Amino acid sequence: MDAFTTHTGTAVPLRRSDVDTDQIIPSDWLKRVERTGFGAGLFSQWREDPDFVLHRHPGATVLLAGKDFGTGSSREHAVWALQDHGFRAVISPRFADIFRSNALKGGLLPVQLPEDVVERLMAAVEADASTPVTVDLEAREVRSGDVVAPFALDDFTRWRLMEGLDDIGLTLRHEPDIAAYEQRRPAFLPTTR
Amino acid sequence: MGRTLAEKVWDAHVVRRAEGEPDLLYIDLHLVHEVTSPQAFDGLRLAGRAVRRPDLTLATEDHNVPTDALVISDPVSRTQVETLRRNCEEFGVRLLPMGDAGQGIVHVIGPQLGVTQPGATIVCGDSHTSTHGAFGALAFGIGTSEVEHVLATQTLPLVRPRTMAVTVEGALQPGVSAKDLVLALIAQVGTGGGQGHVVEYRGEAVRALSMEARMTVCNMSIEWGARAGMIAPDETTYAYLQGRPHAPQGEEWDAAVAHWDSLRTDDDAVFDREVVLDASAVTPFVTWGTNPGQGVALGEAVPDPQALPAGTEREAAERALAYMGLTAGTPMREVAVDTVFLGSCTNGRMEDLRAAADVVRGRRVADGVRAMVVPGSMLVKLQAEQEGLHEVFTDAGFEWRNAGCSMCLGMNPDTLAPGERSASTSNRNFEGRQGRGGRTHLVSPEVAAATAVAGHLAAPADLSDARTLQEA
Repeated sequence: MDAFTTHTGTAVPLRRSDVDTDQIIPSDWLKRVERTGFGAGLFSQWREDPDFVLHRHPGATVLLAGKDFGTGSSREHAVWALQDHGFRAVISPRFADIFRSNALKGGLLPVQLPEDVVERLMAAVEADASTPVTVDLEAREVRSGDVVAPFALDDFTRWRLMEGLDDIGLTLRHEPDIAAYEQRRPAFLPTTR
Repeated sequence: MGRTLAEKVWDAHVVRRAEGEPDLLYIDLHLVHEVTSPQAFDGLRLAGRAVRRPDLTLATEDHNVPTDALVISDPVSRTQVETLRRNCEEFGVRLLPMGDAGQGIVHVIGPQLGVTQPGATIVCGDSHTSTHGAFGALAFGIGTSEVEHVLATQTLPLVRPRTMAVTVEGALQPGVSAKDLVLALIAQVGTGGGQGHVVEYRGEAVRALSMEARMTVCNMSIEWGARAGMIAPDETTYAYLQGRPHAPQGEEWDAAVAHWDSLRTDDDAVFDREVVLDASAVTPFVTWGTNPGQGVALGEAVPDPQALPAGTEREAAERALAYMGLTAGTPMREVAVDTVFLGSCTNGRMEDLRAAADVVRGRRVADGVRAMVVPGSMLVKLQAEQEGLHEVFTDAGFEWRNAGCSMCLGMNPDTLAPGERSASTSNRNFEGRQGRGGRTHLVSPEVAAATAVAGHLAAPADLSDARTLQEA
């Protein structure tokens, strides 16, 4: 995973709530067994509309979206598609839990900001597509024009993202704890054999 | 202070707790399917890692499989299924493949095998893993990175979620099902209403639900944003589990029950949030829009977006109506359908099939309607055939299929054509969910069956009227 400290880029204002993961990456794309190449499938049905907002903001790396972004399926392919398209961060008033967790695993930063702040950012980007938006993980802050908005992220996750660390490697440092736990699991628990 | 059911299960699985870090939680059961696992197995190979506990891991093939043949003709789907087979072979994971008597939708086979048990932590790379919470398990969907993490370590680093109680008081009226109850709940709380919470369903109406009905309710927890849904285990749970292939036996059964009996929320425990619902006010419920929260009672009409406050909610409703090809004010009962789908991890179990069969017995599917029944597992199919249900359905004009996810999600040959409209017992009515341009109305098995016969959205009670009118 690439480390994330701070990122500045232009943004896409996607004025839709409940953007579910079936819209982000339709299920047909989920048949692939690779981890890359999902960018072409990003919002593929909506992109058929020549007026779809993504077309008006080429090169944007920050996605501004309405409330409840990433609802539905647990498909991490949604995160891979956004990243493959070039997005580094998504800003929304609220994220679905599994999407948020998947994004944090892969280094796509999900930034939750109050609805009125997201609205101000969207209005600024709609007025001028070249408006830069900075997502500063170190300071836990989004800055754009006169908007300076703090966001919450726990210290541990922030540290892991800034170091670009692999979760599995971190957990395996605690292998003795796992082995000890396994020794005290009750005998009645099932196996799949 | 007392603890909630969710907190008790959580605490019992903490491998390691450290200030300022997520808890490291042990996972008792990891269910795997072909769609969200290939990249995880690749990750293991790249890092030279093994599956830590293949004996706590179980795989099946469900999302891609055709339900009318045992051959996958789509080469991309076939590759994905073959990849799962190779991975299970290489890493020593038990697989229930297409064609096996134990194959089925991953959330149907766990309970039927008895590997889904109270107090367990259960994960799967699938959001409807919440289904297993019906047993008092802490069960939730994960992404592929987490699938790899569980394969490698049998644990997950997780921040403890908040807790919520949904108390359903009173009793459901006859003809009203668990699906109606949960659709009505989602319409009330919204698709993000449970975000960040593990929900415990409780109250008189929940206690009265059968195990399969409880699974329907917990299955849909994710549709209102909850991390997981749980129901405390009781005699109904134990009666369902006892004798299943992987349930404890003899002295171990007694030890297990003693533990399971302790899995009740303490009287003095405090939930972070509470929602109360009156079961007796729920009537058959259907969706009109493109998310599961956009629903109304079957007796109502398509809502008017202009009645909503200006802003994203109104815009979402307008866009949903345009996509669904519906006009505000149209009575839901006048919405004609092309397809009826009975199946999925929400409503593909025995009781669902029996309830639908009771409605269609001696009746015919309306002209021009394609109706299909897809049992949730091959065991459900076998049992239904032993009860003669397949003949009830085929005599009425339904197609009778093999087990799989089928038309729930458009990853296999069972899809809607653009513009086609379905009444579906599945869990998601998102744009294109059942096929590009397809229009989905989420319904209960009873409403699905009545709709197949009527040709438009209908409840069983509507049919006797219709029949009387025709005879008159």
